[in-house]
Amino acid sequence: MANLVRQLGQRSLNVVIEAGGMVIFLLEGLALALVPPFRPRRLLQEIYQIGVKSTLIVMLTGAFTGMVMALQGYYTLKQYGSEGALGSAVALSLIREMGPVLTGIMVSARAGSAVTAEIGIMRITEQLDALDTMAVNPIQYVVMPKLLAGVIAVPFLTAIFDVVGILGGYLVGVVLLGVSSGSYFAGMVRSVVPLDVYGGIVKSLVFGLTIILVACYKGYYTQHGAEGVSKATNQTVVLSAVLILAWDYVLTSFFM
Amino acid sequence: MIKIVNLTKSFGGHKVLDGINLTMPTGQITVVIGKSGVGKSVLLKHIIGLLKPDSGQIIVDGQDISLLAGRQLRQFKRRFGVLFQGGALFDSLNVFENIAFPLREKTRLTEAEIAKRVRERLVQMSLTSEVETKFPDELSGGMKKRVALARAMIQEPEIMFYDEPVTGLDPPMTNTVFHLITKTHQESGYTALMVSHDIPEVFRVAHQVAMLHKGRIIAAGTSEEIQNHPDPMVQSFIRGEVDFLEG
Repeated sequence: MANLVRQLGQRSLNVVIEAGGMVIFLLEGLALALVPPFRPRRLLQEIYQIGVKSTLIVMLTGAFTGMVMALQGYYTLKQYGSEGALGSAVALSLIREMGPVLTGIMVSARAGSAVTAEIGIMRITEQLDALDTMAVNPIQYVVMPKLLAGVIAVPFLTAIFDVVGILGGYLVGVVLLGVSSGSYFAGMVRSVVPLDVYGGIVKSLVFGLTIILVACYKGYYTQHGAEGVSKATNQTVVLSAVLILAWDYVLTSFFM
Repeated sequence: MIKIVNLTKSFGGHKVLDGINLTMPTGQITVVIGKSGVGKSVLLKHIIGLLKPDSGQIIVDGQDISLLAGRQLRQFKRRFGVLFQGGALFDSLNVFENIAFPLREKTRLTEAEIAKRVRERLVQMSLTSEVETKFPDELSGGMKKRVALARAMIQEPEIMFYDEPVTGLDPPMTNTVFHLITKTHQESGYTALMVSHDIPEVFRVAHQVAMLHKGRIIAAGTSEEIQNHPDPMVQSFIRGEVDFLEG
């Protein structure tokens, strides 16, 4: 019993230590964004790697999400004779919840895992040490541009997800199931208010920062060779997904 | 001159360095030998500022560098170059960009001047201009080491650190790398510290050899003195005896 309590205490302590380490890592990364040398080219490279390269998978996910929501929504609303509200149902769900959350999870799976693997390999092959010995701060050179790129790219990806999702919903609701095009868009314009959009943007900013922070942190402190990189990559995807869902609850309750 | 005074370091209660004392004379190559896992790379990482000691001093030209931080530490780092065990070339950069990296980051040289210096180093390392556009994963082990040496030397450092420079190389390439180290040292006259377990090759390049065993320097002297050292541990290591290696 005492052993169990000790183990539980140790694990709790480890969680607190890791959370504290991550906050310090984040603050250091963000503070270094204000210190020269500035490397705009590195930032553009990371926006391309994290943002542009995730566009296709985000569009695909957005399209199918919008289509499924329209399909489900249509048959539910039809029972109450409210098919005309399909547009607003699809748009509100996407902008408030599904867009930021699913974009975050897709970016975590595609770009977050890649970031961890890249930095983890740099760690185990001493590339980070090499930067350090050349008097180049590895956090400033490697981590900081990725953090900024995550904050910049994820809101844009979320917007793309939302737009493509609404078009996917249009395809199923209007083209296949016969809802009037006018009511699909009119309902959307009536029901979506600026706070919904701001809420979606804030969520996507927070998710973007969280995903890349976790990915960079796990990669930066990778140990034990290839197996360590594999483990860190796995932890990045799982932890990011859990944190996205937890943040989503906190931010939703804040905006309600 | 680099002087290490009573340096200690423990990891998780295990003492890896237990009071290291060693002096590396200016302009000479000092080689620290010892079996794998004995703490040679840990010692090197302390001197290049990647690890902080639990106690002791690392004095370079009268200054304890273990106490340096921030700008002072960055300025000290500009004085040395490091050849890492695996080369530590940046995967995302080609050979030219890897060698040019320290110049682009730390100097205000024009691209033309950078290109000139990079090509001079490539020639010095007996590498053709065709490798310039290749990425690290397209290079052989020997080529990687030579490119990494070119990068480490590009800022003409006063001090060079070599971490197992020939590990994993075949005998001809081992000779090539040692030849390049000797050649660059003769040309530049830098102070060097090498950690290696490559016996007897290291005796050819070393001005001074020190043997690390169980966290302590148990012997130090010229190559000849170490080869004739009376300590059975030293002789056992040089001869590669199995009982010692497993002990």
